This record gives sequence, C-alpha cells and structure tokens, in this order.
Amino acid sequence: QRLSVDVLDHLEHLALVDFRDSEGVERLQKAIQFADQLQEVNTDGVEPMDSVLEDRWCLYLREDDVTEGNCTKELLENAREKVEEYFVAPPGNIPLPKLEERETFLQGS
Amino acid sequence: AALKDGLRSQVSAALKEGRVTPTELCQRCLALIKSTRFLNAYITVAEETALKQAEESEERYKRGQPLGILDGIPIAVKDNFNTAGIETTCASNMLKGYISPYNATVVQKLLDHGAVLLGKTNLDEFAMGSGSTDGVFGPVRNPWSYSKQYKEKSVPKSLSEDEESDWVITGGSSGGSAAAVSSFTCFAALGSDTGGSTRNPAAHCGVVGLKPTYGLISRHGLIPLVNSMDVPGILTRCVDDAAVLLGSLAGHDPKDSTTIQDDFTPFELPNLTDVSKLSIGIPKEYDAPGLSSEILALWSKAADLFKNAGAKVVEVSLPHTRYSIVCYHVLCTAEVASNMARFDGLEYGHRSDVKDSTESMYAATRREGFNDVVRGRILSGNYFLLKQNYEKYFVKAQKVRRLIANDFVKVFRSGVDVLLTPTTLSDAAPYTEFIQEDNRTRSAQDDILTQAANMAGLPAINVPTALSERGLPVGLQFIGRSFQEKQLLTVAKWFEKQVQFPVIQLEEVKRHDSGVFQHQKSASFS
Repeated sequence: QRLSVDVLDHLEHLALVDFRDSEGVERLQKAIQFADQLQEVNTDGVEPMDSVLEDRWCLYLREDDVTEGNCTKELLENAREKVEEYFVAPPGNIPLPKLEERETFLQGS
Repeated sequence: AALKDGLRSQVSAALKEGRVTPTELCQRCLALIKSTRFLNAYITVAEETALKQAEESEERYKRGQPLGILDGIPIAVKDNFNTAGIETTCASNMLKGYISPYNATVVQKLLDHGAVLLGKTNLDEFAMGSGSTDGVFGPVRNPWSYSKQYKEKSVPKSLSEDEESDWVITGGSSGGSAAAVSSFTCFAALGSDTGGSTRNPAAHCGVVGLKPTYGLISRHGLIPLVNSMDVPGILTRCVDDAAVLLGSLAGHDPKDSTTIQDDFTPFELPNLTDVSKLSIGIPKEYDAPGLSSEILALWSKAADLFKNAGAKVVEVSLPHTRYSIVCYHVLCTAEVASNMARFDGLEYGHRSDVKDSTESMYAATRREGFNDVVRGRILSGNYFLLKQNYEKYFVKAQKVRRLIANDFVKVFRSGVDVLLTPTTLSDAAPYTEFIQEDNRTRSAQDDILTQAANMAGLPAINVPTALSERGLPVGLQFIGRSFQEKQLLTVAKWFEKQVQFPVIQLEEVKRHDSGVFQHQKSASFS
C-alpha cells in the first residue's frame, strides 16, 4: 500500500531530513515491505527485550559527585557560531514551512 | 621483528631485547601506509603524534620499564572513535573538520598501555554498510586484490582494460581497519560491530575479527549507531593478538553504564591439544540462501576437523534465524533515527548557512551532511517509531529479538560450548559488481550470518580459514557464550593452528598518484 504524501511530509518534519527524490521514497517503501515479514512471527506472550543485559545488570545511579567539567573552551571549539559562552542558533519557534512552501521533492506529488 | 610476527610471542621480546625499536616499527608502518595509499584504508595519518608516542615508548624500553606487551605497538583506529586532537569524521560530510575534544575510553586505554596511534581508518559513512564503499572519502580496496594469490587466479584481461578495474571490496563497515591489518601497516586495529561490521571485513581481508560480548568493552567515545547492539571490535592477524588487545580493553567503565560491573581478568590463551571435551554446534539455519557451495564445503570440512580430533559435533537449530535480519533492520533504523538526531549543526560538525529558523537550519544541515544511506535509515526508523506503527514494528521487533536471544540460550543450555558457522555468503565481490545493488539490499544480504550475535549480545570471532577458488580469503565464525571469551578464543586458536591460513603475498604495485587519493592527509595537530 502506497504511502500518502501526508505521511511522507510528516516524516520529513520529524526527521528533519528529506527524501530528495523518488528513489528515496522507493527506499522507504521497500524498507516497510521488508519489515512487514515480522508479522509472520508468533510473539504471543513474549515480552519485548530492551537490553541483552537485562538479567545481569540493573541500570544504576551513581553518587551525584562532580568528577569532571570546566571544559567550556573545549566544548565551544567545535561550534561554528558562538558568542561568549553561548552556542548561537537561528530564531526558534518558527515551524518548518508547509509542504507547498518549502523546497522538497514531495511538492507536486 | 617481522611485521608478520605475533605480539606476545615475538614482537614483545624483540622490543624488550632491543632487536627492534618502537621508532623503527612506527617508521616502517608509516612508510607502508604511504606505499599502500591506493588501498584508501586510512582517512587520517597522525604521523607527528605517532612518532612522538614511539619515542616515548623507546625511552620506557631503554629504562627497562615498558608498560606491557602493547608498549610501542602501532595501532589503527576506525574513524568513528573519538581521538583527542585528531579529526574524527565517520566518513561523513557531517563531521568533516570535527576535532574530538576527548579520547574514547578504548583509545585512552590503548594509549595508556603505550600503543602508538598511527591514524584513523576508513569506513562506510557512519558505519552503515557492508562494503566500506559508501563513505565520503571513497571506497577501501581489499589488499588481496593486489596479492599474488588473487592475480594468479584472475582471468587475464585484454591490454586495453584498466588493470585497476577488478579490485575487490574489503567488506564493511570496518573495511579500513581490516585492510590496514591485512596489509601490515599496523599490528592491530579497532573496528566496531553492530551487525557484523568487524567480522565481515575480517573474513574478506583474511584477518581475525573479534566481536566481544555486549557490555564487556566500553562504548564511551564510540559514535553510536545502535546503542543496544554496538560494540568496539578488534582486528588482528592472529587469535593470540586479539586476546592481548582484549586484555587491555575489557572491563567496567564508569563512563559507560552499559558495561558490566564484574571484574575482568586478562588471560593468556592455552595451547589446546585435547578437544574431546568440546561440543561444537552447527546451526542448520546458517546454510542460508545464497551461501556459496565453496563456503558450504569449507564449513563442512571444518566440522569434520573437529569431529576427527575427538570433539562432539552436533547439528543444532536456531529457528528464528531467518527473521533476525528483518528484526535487526527495524531496531537498527529506529535507534539510528534517535542517535542521528544529535547532528544539528549547533555544537559541532557541519552547519548550513541557512538562517531563517532553527528547524530550517537543522533540515538544511542534515540535508547537506548526510548521504543517502544515512538519510534512508533515519526516515525508515522514524516511520517505524510513528505512534501508529510503534507496536506493530518497534515493539514487535523487540519481542522477536527476545525469541532470537532465547534460541541461543536454549542451544547453549543443551551442552553446546561454541557454535561454528560461515561468516559471509561468499568471498569478496569485485567493486563494480558490489555497487550494482543498493546499500540496504547488500547489508540485508551480507549481515545475515553475523548479526544474530549482535541481537543476542554474544561474543563471536572470524578466523581466516582458506583461500577461495578466486584466491581470496574465506573465514569461518565461532559464536560463544556470553562473557566466555576465553573459551571462544581458545577454540578459535586451536582451529587457526589446524588450518594454517596462508600469508598474503602483496605484489609491488607501481602506480601514479591520481587525484582520487589526495584526501589521505597527515594530521599535524596534537
């Protein structure tokens, strides 16, 4: 069953990566088809497995002691845009343009 | 010491006795790296820092105080491990120019043991792939493409055809590391293994590739792909060397809460002579579709080898094997979708010039930084994690994962010590043939024999076994019980001794430096 443009648009919003071309969409279609084989397996009464270490180890909390830090300079070194000790981002709270307005392959689908 | 020698048995003694110095070893490896540049195994060569480390090691040997077997030993590290002061790219535009501010725990441990870090090796972008062909620095070439053994078996080409066109892939995604070890440019290399990324290229390049038990070696500093399956991998030329590396790397790391808290004691491998108490399991489902008749025969021969030596060899069943690749596909893309979210251009890595809004900057950065494969997996992962799909795909896959892990538990509980399976479906394909199918298809095909061990978190090792009819390496895989690396490696070592895999005979290759290889540069920061 073909994916609707709505779902594809929604995915581009969530993932913040684009499909780029029809190959990208085809790739997803094939991936879903491939994953559908899972439905053949009977998993009645089976608990989902989060980690292979579930029997051996409980996620532990350590003491809240400061053991390292003071590395502002190192952390800022790799950022392209910064001001004093801040990372600089363009304005937030502006949603990604709607399908019709943004540059995406999905336009006109 | 010859570059072919084993670490514990020969090189260490040679260094202690002064028959060879760390500086000489380092220089020899650096020279070899230069002359094998056409393999494209290295992304960054840290020549200055390596020589400095070698000098410091030499001082320690002169004082009679080497740090251990690894002191002065040249090592290479896959370019998805953070290395302080050295560029870490994951073979992606997203991290070009990113200089790590810290060392991954495994890198730090190697340096603390005195190892000499030669450089960072090439891989598929963000370790996604089974060919080491999909990184921004180009594909890695399998050193065996230039071996006497391969050339002897090649069909002679017409004079007009480019001699270079029939080179074969290394497998992946740790192809650079495998090629580096295989071509003697280092004694050992770090790879990573999420679905077979250490064992697959190890098989194709004729080297030992160890995937340790999940939770044994710290992932701190390994740029994550799938947090519940990733492990650092070890690539060496012999099983004994893998044990040496394991000894220096394993153990609890407070910086990685997924490492177990139990104490780890490094071990030396015994020389097993009596295998009569061993039980080897042969999982019938690993006779997978597409398995070459050549490898099937080799697998059978190996089973007979154990039988004739007195071991108990039994056929076993891992009934959910055929679903493990599908399960992996869902869990992997889901975790990838989450892990790749950190790449937004703000704190590190590539940043787009788009300024309209945070979201559009993120979108543009990711559009520019990631290749098709990475974007494809992110989109698939996000699809499987959509509210309407979560139960049907993600949770379902987690349930199937438990079934797969239980299959192994049942088999080991029945008395089997170690499983013996093929590592790959065939020997290494020529590059031109390999790229005809897309990355996802190839990964789905090539990971089939290796990735169930990642699903169950079990240790597994590729041991080079024999040469194929085309003169290329074929390896076999041993899968062991959780945290029983000593037993696994002991069996692997016995097997390695029986098969006497041939040494690669690299031919002198004369080639002019084409523009393609110019990106392999020396890192001059420290």
